[in-house]
Amino acid sequence: MSAHAAATTHDAATGGIVTESGFRSTRLPDVKLLMWVFLASDCMFFGSLIGTYLAYHNRSIAGPFPADVLDIPLTTVSSFVLLMSSFLMVLALHALRNDDIPKFRLWTLGVAVFGSIFLGFQVYEFVHFVNAGLSIHQNLFGTTFFILTGTHGIHVSVGVLWLLSILVASYRRPTSSKDAVYLEIAGLYWHFVDIVWIVIFTVVYLVEFV
Amino acid sequence: MATTTHADHRVASQLLRRPTWTKGLGSWLTTVDHKRLGILYILTSFTFMGAASIEAFIMRLQLMRPGQQLVSPDTFNQLFTMHGVTMVFLAIMPLAIGFANYFVPLQIGARDLAFPRLNSFGYWVYAMGGLMIYTSFFLGGAPDVGWVAYAPLTSLSANPGLGVDFYMFGLFISGIGTTATAMNLIVTIVNMRAPGMTFMRMPVFVWMMLVTSFMIIFAFPPLTIAFLQVILDRTFGTLFYVPAMGALPILWQHLFWIFGHPEVYIIILPAFGMISEMIPTFARKPLFGYPVMVLASILIAFMGFAVWTHHMFTTGLGPVVNTAFSLTSFIIGIPTGVKIFNWLGTLWGGSIRFTVSTLYCIAFLVTFTLGGITGIMVAMPTFDAQAHDTYFVVAHFHYVMGGGALLTFLGAVYYWFPKMTGKMLNEAVGKWAFAFVAVGFHMIFFPQHVAGLLGMPRRIQTYPAGIGLEIWNFMSTFGTFIMAVGLILVFGSVIYGLRKGRPAGNDPWDARTLEWATSSPPPYYNFDYQPVVNSIDAFWAEKYPESLHVERIDRSEGKKYEGSHGIHVPGQSWYPILASTAIIVGSYGLMYDNWVLAVISGFFFIFMIFGWAFEGVGGHHVHVEAEGHRA
Repeated sequence: MSAHAAATTHDAATGGIVTESGFRSTRLPDVKLLMWVFLASDCMFFGSLIGTYLAYHNRSIAGPFPADVLDIPLTTVSSFVLLMSSFLMVLALHALRNDDIPKFRLWTLGVAVFGSIFLGFQVYEFVHFVNAGLSIHQNLFGTTFFILTGTHGIHVSVGVLWLLSILVASYRRPTSSKDAVYLEIAGLYWHFVDIVWIVIFTVVYLVEFV
Repeated sequence: MATTTHADHRVASQLLRRPTWTKGLGSWLTTVDHKRLGILYILTSFTFMGAASIEAFIMRLQLMRPGQQLVSPDTFNQLFTMHGVTMVFLAIMPLAIGFANYFVPLQIGARDLAFPRLNSFGYWVYAMGGLMIYTSFFLGGAPDVGWVAYAPLTSLSANPGLGVDFYMFGLFISGIGTTATAMNLIVTIVNMRAPGMTFMRMPVFVWMMLVTSFMIIFAFPPLTIAFLQVILDRTFGTLFYVPAMGALPILWQHLFWIFGHPEVYIIILPAFGMISEMIPTFARKPLFGYPVMVLASILIAFMGFAVWTHHMFTTGLGPVVNTAFSLTSFIIGIPTGVKIFNWLGTLWGGSIRFTVSTLYCIAFLVTFTLGGITGIMVAMPTFDAQAHDTYFVVAHFHYVMGGGALLTFLGAVYYWFPKMTGKMLNEAVGKWAFAFVAVGFHMIFFPQHVAGLLGMPRRIQTYPAGIGLEIWNFMSTFGTFIMAVGLILVFGSVIYGLRKGRPAGNDPWDARTLEWATSSPPPYYNFDYQPVVNSIDAFWAEKYPESLHVERIDRSEGKKYEGSHGIHVPGQSWYPILASTAIIVGSYGLMYDNWVLAVISGFFFIFMIFGWAFEGVGGHHVHVEAEGHRA
């Protein structure tokens, strides 16, 4: 992608490194710091959406209500698929760091496929709910549920698109362990989106049946 | 000074040819240079400030005498909404970001921000989002719901015009830019400090921008979600703020003020940073209590997220909530008070030079303290029940935002103009202008305290005669004329200084931080050699090592911290401005229910992001062959 991370020398006196783009005070790549900062900000983003969902919980004045439509076994399966994609993500990064390009491609494709399966489940669920009479116009549960899980779905879609782009790029230009940081930040994003789903699954789905 | 450059040999797939102009319009549209973007930010925010000042001026004329009908109530609503929105989102906050853009890399001895193209993107979405809001004046009327835009006043049924859509979309978009730039600043400050510049050797302005940036990335998402909810309500028929369906309009107030109170500190902390640069320079003393200053700011940042409900004391959240948030609001006054004493301690015993900047600093100390005292008053729920939504509150926040931030920024203009242009501003004219601005400011806003205590509500278009409000409103309006004279003098002085100001030299103020170590204006690669730092007040330590008990630094030492190819200068790019344009066009599409336009813009945006990602940083390397810049 770029030779940003290449050719670095560690400077013992300052704890920093000298890169092609100049001196860096920490040994962390800029892109990785940016991703951490972005994820910190994204916590507040999802926090506000989840907060809205909780503030409007049990305030719908018309059905369908959560317990009428939520299907725990189905969503458990899709959640499991999403969690397993994080496992494949770790394998993909490990392979790239060891310059094992075929494995890196295989596992990256695996992550994208698992992410797509999760999205497929979500599309199925949305269609099913709409058929059951739940829409964004129907009641507050519909409004908050679709916007919260929809925003998460958009995050997953961006992740799938991103991983596929990395995969395609690996065929079009030389790829090696030097590029691992770019897969790593995609991985950070992916794991974060995964963790957010665990929170959403708990708050929206599980708590409803406690 | 001789430099040689060579192009970057790294090959990247290119959709658009990489622009290489160094002069003319194209070079400004595609620039990624933090100094040029800083200048664009500063000019744009002053332009918006001019628009907001005109709006304020019309409002003051309308309120000069009781019972006037200069503007209709409807127009008046649009004026105060646009005045508030413009000043907060499009003028004062971006002004601080503009100064940060220009001076943070220079002060930490870096050559640019960590992500130059992201920086360009941040600027263009902010500027275009702001312009978009202003097009509402010509497209059916500006938003008229106040700058806080409480639900359900913003619902489609209560407000069918497009004004609210412009507010929501415009601020949503410019918020993306602000957040992106804040993330960029954090990475830059954490990772691009000069060798030897530990966190506790950073200039205080850099510290304040680090803290501010963290506040931005945490405060803006709740606001973005709130905007999104109203946009979805109005465009797609969701029910977030439809009380008839069980929704809670107070949710908007919570989300808005969870952003809104940190926003107050997002505006004032950069000003604190500038004050902390100017006072030590002009008192010729190190900043008193540097570590306390830093820690106080961090405490303010944390507490800033724990006081939002004091904007909602009169909404009936109950005595427990009110008491808790009243206490946190008192506590946040402590670190702020500590800072005031630190600045006084710095001035105490210094050999003070009374430049224009010094005068603005002193005016800041007085005005901001007055605003802080009224802040403590309205932090008491019992008092706030009386003062809420009156001119007392208007006076309070203008004392902290106008008197705190704006006076400081004017001082900073005088302080940094020589560095940005290489020319001095006229000090004598500057002092006259200062007198008009300071006197005018207090003339405008001090009487508003009294008007507010007498019960004059904010946001009213007129008031009847004979209830004791005439004199205070007349004084207030009279003050606007005085302040306007001062601001026009500043403006004229800047124009004159650009053309005929006397040369400034590298270090006109005998200052303390690294931006003064390079030429004025700095070359596009900032420093001939990578600066190396061994003390707080790095440039002062280089000039007078004995006064700080440190060793003299050999400038050529920085050479070993540069990459093997010399100084890397990132390449210009079309993608940031094109991606921003796509966002704006798409928003118009959504607002006017033109789905084709919206979808095309969406795909164009994604296309541009791909182009951006695969374009790479690019650029070229510069070799400085001779040290040329020391005065």
